[in-house]
Amino acid sequence: MFRTIAVKHRWAVAALVLWVAVFGALAGCGKSTLQSPLSESQASHAESPQPTPAVRDVVLATTTSTQDTGLLDYLVPIFEKQTGYKVKVVAVGTGQALEMGKRGEADVLLTHAPSSEKPLVEDGTGTNYRLVMYNDFILVGPPNDPAKVKEAQDLKAAMKAIAASGMGFVSRGDDSGTHKKELALWKAAGVDLRGQAWYTESGTGMGQTLLIANERQAYTLTDRGTYLAYKDKIDLAIVREGDKDLLNIYHVMQVNPEKYPKVNAEGAKAFVEFLVSPETQKLIGEFGVDKYGQPLFFPDAKDERGEGVKSCGSRVVGTP
Amino acid sequence: MDLVWSGLREAVRILLARDPEIVAIFGLSLRIAVWALGISLLIGLPLGVLLGVVHFRGRGVLLSIFNAGMGLPPTVVGLWVALFLWRNGPLGDLHLIYTPAAIVIAEVILTTPILVALVAAAAAGAKERLHEFFLSLGTTPATYLYLLLREIRLPLLAAVIAGFGRVISEVGAAMIVGGNIRGETRTLTTAIVLEVSKGAFDRALAISFLLLALSFAVTAFLTHLQHRVRED
Repeated sequence: MFRTIAVKHRWAVAALVLWVAVFGALAGCGKSTLQSPLSESQASHAESPQPTPAVRDVVLATTTSTQDTGLLDYLVPIFEKQTGYKVKVVAVGTGQALEMGKRGEADVLLTHAPSSEKPLVEDGTGTNYRLVMYNDFILVGPPNDPAKVKEAQDLKAAMKAIAASGMGFVSRGDDSGTHKKELALWKAAGVDLRGQAWYTESGTGMGQTLLIANERQAYTLTDRGTYLAYKDKIDLAIVREGDKDLLNIYHVMQVNPEKYPKVNAEGAKAFVEFLVSPETQKLIGEFGVDKYGQPLFFPDAKDERGEGVKSCGSRVVGTP
Repeated sequence: MDLVWSGLREAVRILLARDPEIVAIFGLSLRIAVWALGISLLIGLPLGVLLGVVHFRGRGVLLSIFNAGMGLPPTVVGLWVALFLWRNGPLGDLHLIYTPAAIVIAEVILTTPILVALVAAAAAGAKERLHEFFLSLGTTPATYLYLLLREIRLPLLAAVIAGFGRVISEVGAAMIVGGNIRGETRTLTTAIVLEVSKGAFDRALAISFLLLALSFAVTAFLTHLQHRVRED
């Protein structure tokens, strides 16, 4: 009899320990995990000197390259400190970021596919459309360049050389800005991609695509920033750079509050103004120099028609 | 191989330096797992016992649904939860998208079927084993429930271990409904995805060690508990 009680007791203790562990943790973490946005904003309001905006969260839909290079991790805290807004960075491909804008799910968009962005500005989805910065795309491939891309006279010839060699090309295939640019280049070169065995779509981000291209010793189109971040880890060399058509231009726009009443118009506007302000532009130009010996992005907000971009070839291609 | 060794060294260095960001990510993952498991248990234990013990119309259909639910693809759940929580979705005004709460909701949907199905199976088995015992004794409902829960304690712990494994390793749904937002919804798994896409394999490795350690520690604790109980 005594033994039965002891057995029951031990089982009860074990169960109790488990439930206390589970619910103790539940009670303990409740505050930090599931705190309502309101009380959170009030809490930090008390600490921060600047006035707390009415709606604090700003959803920024952007391309992966601005996050993967670390640019946003560098700029966003500065913006948050200056204005009291809280930026939720959702880093997806440019295609998805624009789609989020079209559905009013984001407040501000930072993307790099001007030809896909223009329709949004024209149909009133986006307003306050501003040029922010640029860098460039590059074609990379095996260092010994079996497709002889380096010998090509122009960009079209370079793309044709890759296609003709059948050496392999890895595409992002994810409707990102880079993917859109790549498709435009194939189209301009008159290459039909349908059913081509040498052409593969990775369906992943730029970094992953570079790794796949590296494993297969294939060619790919990449933005320079991601390539620099990966340079030490891969055995791929630049085979084509500096063409005007390889420019990678970043624009910011706020999602139109007249069309989507739920967006945080004030916060979005503040973020746009922040990105194009002279101080931020200076920071963008300095970003990455300490790590890579060259800037990853060139600020260009002063000229909204993008004329500063003409000299890009020589500026971007400068020795690392 | 070079990458593995340099990655390992760097990972150890990062762990020793106790990077506050990684520590915060670790805490968030643990909190999300505990919340999701706690809520799943609250739903799954009573529902599982009910489905295992009580015979009613539609029981078979419900059991099949929960059994099938054990294999729910996380990305599908993530997409559906996101459709509801998006700003312009039916629950948009709750402002839950891109918050830890959204991740907890998705994980609860993923974990509850596991708990329900495993508890129901255990309860049905226990009922059969205890049947004659109950007939001879003539017990009250409270004693019945107590003895039944006592009987299924081992499978229940196994269900909790399975549920924890699912929540802590899940990345697809957490990515879609959480958005992998720095300092808010970045979990151990989504952080690994990000560090890999950044090319920071050392950090990715360091975080993966933390994830493994957390997963191992909790599973070992639960298994220990299970053994203790079994020895009784």
